[in-house]
Amino acid sequence: MSKVRLLVGTHKGAFILTSDATRETWEIEGPLFAGWEIYHLKGSLLNPDRLYASQSSGWFGQVIQRSEDGGSTWEAVGNNFTYQGDPGTHQGYDGSQKPWTFKRIWKLEPSLMDDETVYAGAEDAALFRSKDGGNTWQELPSLRNIKGNLWAPGAGGMCLHSIIQDQADPLRLYAAISAAGVFRTSDGGESWQAANRGLTSPYELPDADAEVGHCVHSIAMHPAQPGVLFMQKHWDVMRSDDAGELWHEVSGNLPSDFGYAIAVHSQEPNTIFVVPIKSDSEHYPPEGKLRVYRSRTGGNEWEALTRGLPQSNCYVNVLRSALAVDTLDPCGVYFGTTGGQVYYSKDGGDSWSTIAKDFPPVFSVEAQVLP
Amino acid sequence: MIHILLPAQLCSLANVSRQVELEMEAPASISSVLDELEARYPMLRGTIRDQVSLQRRPFIRFFVAGEDISLEAPTDPIPESVTLGEEPLRIVGAMAGG
Repeated sequence: MSKVRLLVGTHKGAFILTSDATRETWEIEGPLFAGWEIYHLKGSLLNPDRLYASQSSGWFGQVIQRSEDGGSTWEAVGNNFTYQGDPGTHQGYDGSQKPWTFKRIWKLEPSLMDDETVYAGAEDAALFRSKDGGNTWQELPSLRNIKGNLWAPGAGGMCLHSIIQDQADPLRLYAAISAAGVFRTSDGGESWQAANRGLTSPYELPDADAEVGHCVHSIAMHPAQPGVLFMQKHWDVMRSDDAGELWHEVSGNLPSDFGYAIAVHSQEPNTIFVVPIKSDSEHYPPEGKLRVYRSRTGGNEWEALTRGLPQSNCYVNVLRSALAVDTLDPCGVYFGTTGGQVYYSKDGGDSWSTIAKDFPPVFSVEAQVLP
Repeated sequence: MIHILLPAQLCSLANVSRQVELEMEAPASISSVLDELEARYPMLRGTIRDQVSLQRRPFIRFFVAGEDISLEAPTDPIPESVTLGEEPLRIVGAMAGG
């Protein structure tokens, strides 16, 4: 019987949660790297027991950990993230230009094509690539050529938080940055173009439909439907049917179209999940009801999923990397909250249970299905 | 023999006890001690000083016998009491909450 492994990154360490395919009971291991911020952990699709973790601290900086045995043992690998050449400046919160300064890695994405290649999304925003399993890192610097001087930090920092690979086309990648937007490469990262047409940010930008500057919170794509992208923007849930050439809004009947996380159902490429948050100042669910919303129509028509989730006095947030699906049928859906709960559904979102209720604030959740 | 006291987080990262001992002879400096420390424990590279600029990280301080030597030039000789093994070099993370 196959096994499910959840990789949970938190404010004070990492946790590994495992279950068999019934997903009835879970074992919790951790905290790993106790006391450190773990922004993200991710396993390789090609070699599932090879895991990477982004371990960071305001005191001690960035460490990258790699495991070759599914998280039982770890080894610190390369952590030299040096921008290539003179990275120049970007906009600061006050509108003045600030020098590009490395702060941390938000996202780690092992390549779908090559076991030794892994991508890392950085704050200040940049995409790094390692071709030797994380021992050394090189920036893909032409990304910054797309008006990098106009990029600005969101409240969480100027982070490259989403990296999507096209399984059908190994040279095509998408990267999303808060607050800059979505960028696409068709040549493996040598050159990039902005993919933000159709996004509007009238409350955040002087030019509402600017080429760059949009606060994209997360993007998602189903591997069987390449080119169909879904986005949770600062405000607005968006969809593109042409690989980011043009976006259109699919917020429909959501109680709020502000939020952070978005995910695509593993068995149904047109079914998507979001967790609405009340507003950009009130970072908690509308009406204090924690609701996942599911659209089976790829957006616009949404249903609230509430069974098993707190429906009163709930004021947690669900961060951008803290929502994930597994590849089992029926699809498992998982999310963590800033209140330290990890919830899951083993029936595509119809009902929910709690795996953990007292973790540190959850930054990220990833699901692996193992043979 | 130089004794170095590390912050708890770096002890767990390097998988060592609180005190690390390095075979070094006088004269030694913060810079040469960190070179040796990072050579022996590569996982500490970048956690005490920047890997490229070699600048001390902002929330890290160096103490010897109660004296803060953080602001001295990294290549200045450290007190002889450290190189003689009489006093440890304390590498301290700032008390900054978290």
